[in-house]
Amino acid sequence: MSEPILEVQNISKFFGSVIALKDVSMFVRPGEVTCLLGDNGAGKSTLIKVLSGVHKPDEGVYRYQGEEVNFSSPRDALDLGIATVYQDLAMIPLMSIWRNFFLGSEPTVGWGPFRRFDVEFAKRTTREELGKMGIDIRDPDQPVGTLSGGERQSVAIARAVYFGAKVLILDEPTAALGVKQAGVVLRYIVQAKQRGIGVIFITHNPHHAYPVGDHFVILRRGQIYGDFTKDEIPLEQLVQMMAGGADLEVLSHELEKAAQGGGPGSDELEKVAEGFEAEARGEAD
Amino acid sequence: MAVNTQPAPAATDERVREIGVLSRLLARPELGALVALVVVWLFFAVVAADNNFISWVTVAAILNRAAPLGILAIAVALLMIAGEFDLSVGSLVGFGGMAIMMLVTPVEAGGFGWAILPAIGVALLITLATGFFNGVLVVTTKLPSFIITLGSLFVFRGLAVAVPRSATNRTQLGGLDKVPGYGPVDALLGTKLELFGAKFDVAIIWWVGLTIVATWVLMRTRVGNWIFGVGGDNVAARNVGVPVSRLKIALFMTTAFAAFLSALIQAFQFNGADSLRGTLKEFEAIIAVVIGGTLLTGGYGSVIGALLGTLIFAMVQQGIIITGVDGDWFKVFVGGILVAAVIFNNFVRQQATKR
Repeated sequence: MSEPILEVQNISKFFGSVIALKDVSMFVRPGEVTCLLGDNGAGKSTLIKVLSGVHKPDEGVYRYQGEEVNFSSPRDALDLGIATVYQDLAMIPLMSIWRNFFLGSEPTVGWGPFRRFDVEFAKRTTREELGKMGIDIRDPDQPVGTLSGGERQSVAIARAVYFGAKVLILDEPTAALGVKQAGVVLRYIVQAKQRGIGVIFITHNPHHAYPVGDHFVILRRGQIYGDFTKDEIPLEQLVQMMAGGADLEVLSHELEKAAQGGGPGSDELEKVAEGFEAEARGEAD
Repeated sequence: MAVNTQPAPAATDERVREIGVLSRLLARPELGALVALVVVWLFFAVVAADNNFISWVTVAAILNRAAPLGILAIAVALLMIAGEFDLSVGSLVGFGGMAIMMLVTPVEAGGFGWAILPAIGVALLITLATGFFNGVLVVTTKLPSFIITLGSLFVFRGLAVAVPRSATNRTQLGGLDKVPGYGPVDALLGTKLELFGAKFDVAIIWWVGLTIVATWVLMRTRVGNWIFGVGGDNVAARNVGVPVSRLKIALFMTTAFAAFLSALIQAFQFNGADSLRGTLKEFEAIIAVVIGGTLLTGGYGSVIGALLGTLIFAMVQQGIIITGVDGDWFKVFVGGILVAAVIFNNFVRQQATKR
């Protein structure tokens, strides 16, 4: 098994008196997908920001390609090939796909004052690169605003891959998407992985994480709650751990009580409660 | 069970409709202004037919009127596409003109008595510094540029009045033609060209030339891509490595440069400067830019549109003058056209993004 390309050991991050992360360790190898799972408030966003160079960790070691690194801005991380695709800040809706694709890294031709944006190259490359990722582009002149959410995420991923990302950090790329759209994005995650990129896939949905992940890190209340390879843990158990089985049981009891109180809609409530109980037992759908 | 067989991938994507030339045109921001220009022209061609509206003299009058405003509108368009406002351009026209005239006015009259070229150079630097000041203030305070430059509107107009008045006791300074080195510079900036029996200001060439340069920068250079990106989404642009602060400061300096050039040209046309020159031009420039299809919220627009918007503005002004309608009605017209243009542009843009 190859060495991790990106690794953090015993990372902690404090904001005043708040302990956002405590002793968090994780890694990703080239050509693998490490899924970072956690419910809202688990510390996922803080960890991403540490990984992408937005925050400096207060404690712990950050290693990239075996060497210890210290980033002072996201640009530093990006220059080393650690690209982060944020959920909603990936693309500019009013701009065309090709303008978006090369924004900030425009290819140029010509010399001196006549140096200009190589529009033909940009359009052609956008089409080709999206094609390589299996993204079927309609018209590169189309404004990104006319693309669906999944397509937008996919273009952002393709862009990061084209600009030499060795590690791809994806912040909840499937969160706001429908089932079909999420599937599209999952496919591009697999494509990126097959191209030898280490992918860190942040999500709170174990059903999205399990099919593409090689490695699962579960974050709860700022600490590592579990760390498994795919053969160590079945999906059902992952779901249960993710949601926190005990919490779900309490919730199902509460809902049952509410249902027994009678009144309109109590039947539905009972059904919901049963569903939660089943999930708490690990009988995921 | 029948399996749905996918059609073989064709050379052209079946999801791309052949869209006609008209729909493609509709997607351009300047289309609304082009249509409005034709409508306004037809209107005056009919209404003012007896007043010699269709003539080279009228064409020259419209263009001469448009050029100084058009030069401002070019820079204002770039800045607005990048999502910022500059309400101080009008004041800077007065400020820049007075700066030149203060420097060339003889010492005994309270000025500095410089020759023309060093005066232009230094006045340009001073005016660029004001743009730099606007930009740095907007970038560092992160306050809306509308507020910051509303402040500088008053500051620079105040300076344009107060400094000359305390030094020379006047707010109008003339006698530029008596300054050493006047002739060759006047040939570049202030002369008129005789064509088709009408007199065209050389400023028109500056206006059209700068429009071409600015359009090229916007559509075909990295900086142009950054301008669209920053106006579309500041944070996203910064995340992908666009130097947002430097770009914004440079654009504020571009509007200051445009104000200076406009002031310089008018100083040569009128043989002097007036502290109040350029009053309300900041709004006229914004109106021209918006009529030209640029979004007030940034991220979308065109410099050619700004040129067309300026033309409409000047055509209405000239049309009202030659039809003999009371000039008081001009503002009513302009206000109406502005609102109509914004409504029409919104409609066009929705059609364009629906395709």
